[in-house]
Amino acid sequence: MGIIIDGNTRAIVQGITGTQGSFHTKLMLEYGTKIVAGVTPGKGETQIHGVPVYDTVEEAIEKHSANASIIFVPAPFAADATLEALENGIKTIVIITEHIPIKDAVNVMTYAKQVNATIIGPNTPGIITPEESKLGIMPAHIFKPGTIGMVSRSGTLTYEIAAGLTRKNLGQSTCIGLGGDPITGLNFLDALRMFEKDPRTKAIVLIGEIGGNLEELAAEYIVREKYPKPVVAFIAGRSAPPGKRMGHAGAIVMGKAGTAESKIEKFKNAGVKVAEKPNDVPELLMNLVSN
Amino acid sequence: MKLFEYEAKNILARYGIPTPHGGLATNPSQAHEVVSKLKPPFVVKAQVLVAGRGKAGGILFSDSIGEVEKDAEKLLRMQIKGIPVKSVWIEEKIQIKKELYFGITIDRFNQSYVAIASSVGGMEIEEIATKAPEKIIHFPINPQQGFHSFHARQMARKMGYAGNQLSELGRIFERLYCVGMDYDAELIEMNPLAETVNGKFVAADARIILDDNALFRHEEYKKRLLEGESELTPQEIEATKNDLAYVKLDGDIGVIGNGAGLVMATLDTIQYYGGKPANFLDVGGGAPAEKIAAALKIVLSDPKVKALFINILGGITRCDEVARGILEAKAKIGVTKPMVIRLVGTNEEEGKRILTEEGIHVLESMEEAAQRVVEISRHGGK
Repeated sequence: MGIIIDGNTRAIVQGITGTQGSFHTKLMLEYGTKIVAGVTPGKGETQIHGVPVYDTVEEAIEKHSANASIIFVPAPFAADATLEALENGIKTIVIITEHIPIKDAVNVMTYAKQVNATIIGPNTPGIITPEESKLGIMPAHIFKPGTIGMVSRSGTLTYEIAAGLTRKNLGQSTCIGLGGDPITGLNFLDALRMFEKDPRTKAIVLIGEIGGNLEELAAEYIVREKYPKPVVAFIAGRSAPPGKRMGHAGAIVMGKAGTAESKIEKFKNAGVKVAEKPNDVPELLMNLVSN
Repeated sequence: MKLFEYEAKNILARYGIPTPHGGLATNPSQAHEVVSKLKPPFVVKAQVLVAGRGKAGGILFSDSIGEVEKDAEKLLRMQIKGIPVKSVWIEEKIQIKKELYFGITIDRFNQSYVAIASSVGGMEIEEIATKAPEKIIHFPINPQQGFHSFHARQMARKMGYAGNQLSELGRIFERLYCVGMDYDAELIEMNPLAETVNGKFVAADARIILDDNALFRHEEYKKRLLEGESELTPQEIEATKNDLAYVKLDGDIGVIGNGAGLVMATLDTIQYYGGKPANFLDVGGGAPAEKIAAALKIVLSDPKVKALFINILGGITRCDEVARGILEAKAKIGVTKPMVIRLVGTNEEEGKRILTEEGIHVLESMEEAAQRVVEISRHGGK
């Protein structure tokens, strides 16, 4: 169980012959993820870690049934790769690639909506349903199966908090990195909806950061829908000065919009517990879950 | 990446958007040459990439060619918020009847672009957006359809225009959208878009921010960015060259970490314990030793830094590479400032061994490390 991916997910890896693609294919296989094929144009008829490689997604799909793809293709070609996966009927796509131009991301998301596909990323560590499947680059050992759903805009900060939860024996149902870019596929609302329907998930950790208003919208959604599961949030960037971009293309404060204060206030008003430091998340969660 | 006003105006003009007649000058005699082709009154505008140029005295008005030369000379000697003025843009002053706003930017929630217009543009547009949001017209752009002249005309109608003026505004808006798409702009705006006393429209000021991730499609600007003709500080340029994300802040604790979210949380934690971060520096994922060394060099080139906090949570990033980078930096640039290092994750044991053998202590908890570095900075880096 968990959301989006589980033990039955059959994935292809696009960009499997690159350094990152090949390295993480190995780690995903070791974790037990079913990787059925890889795709790199020009490298067809080879193998990587025993996985057959094809020139096109079309051929990979003809020869192996697959329902997901993870993309490591370099930024200038990543939109093309994603559209290729979508057009060949793949409905769950994780885009690890960072630095994809916004215009390309907009095109990809438009098509994905049309064909009802779920895109995670770009610029994401991916998604993991502990001990079932991992489509991503996160260090697997810090996760353990459990009842906490995690959704986050950042990578290493998610690891920081996930490791903290695991240390306190708070296992996870599914952890999703939404990606640090301004335009991403899945957002906080989508994840909250999915976690709501997932019987295994008992509580949610939401990790946001400055920039944009998706956290604010999530807070409004929690109020509007009387969200039935407890949520704990952490927002990175309290100390960020306005007008400065903090690395993620997404993390920029323009005037008052998108500040940490605005997000924190909205969450508090929505009854969401907001942690002051990453380390405070497990305790807040334990209080909620034990009640 | 921000473009200069003159670059933005030249692009707009090429796309058929009316802009004031004008030209660029880097010295008074060039200014003379430019202005002799123009009709008075004139405006001389410092070309810098910082906001608030007008209030800082970077825009001067005059009526004669001689005055323009003097104004140009004055501005070219000026610094605006610490940035030297290297060029001025001289143009004919527009007789403005009304200031409008039109721009296109990113709509995260709809995963697309959004066109924004207002019949009350100018300096206070942000204030208007908060105080009188009904005066701002939002038009979410369907990426498949694009933004057509008729969409633009509908917006012009909502702004209170009709007839020929509506058609002309529609044409200008649609052209601006084309510029935005062709140049991969994450923000493009005309503010003010001036309605002149004789009912014409002119982009009196223009701002374009290019999507940094799309610069591979716009090599000429990438080149300019790296050659230093940009809003970046020397440290930020050095960081860009090394593919590091660096932002200068005002405090005295240098920070290096991997992943934007983690680095932000590190800054927050330092602040929580009463310290002041000197910078944001994200080495990204999978940084090799050289990149770590480059990061240390950049952070330590800030004289205000009293102590350094390196916070690494290795996923793609390998702790042993980080450790080697720290030693490399020590050997090359002689790190004398105290360092607090938190290193966990991939190849953690190897990383710790490398550093411990050199007498460098490594911590496991981010909070403990943050408290430690704040304490050190309080004692003046001792």
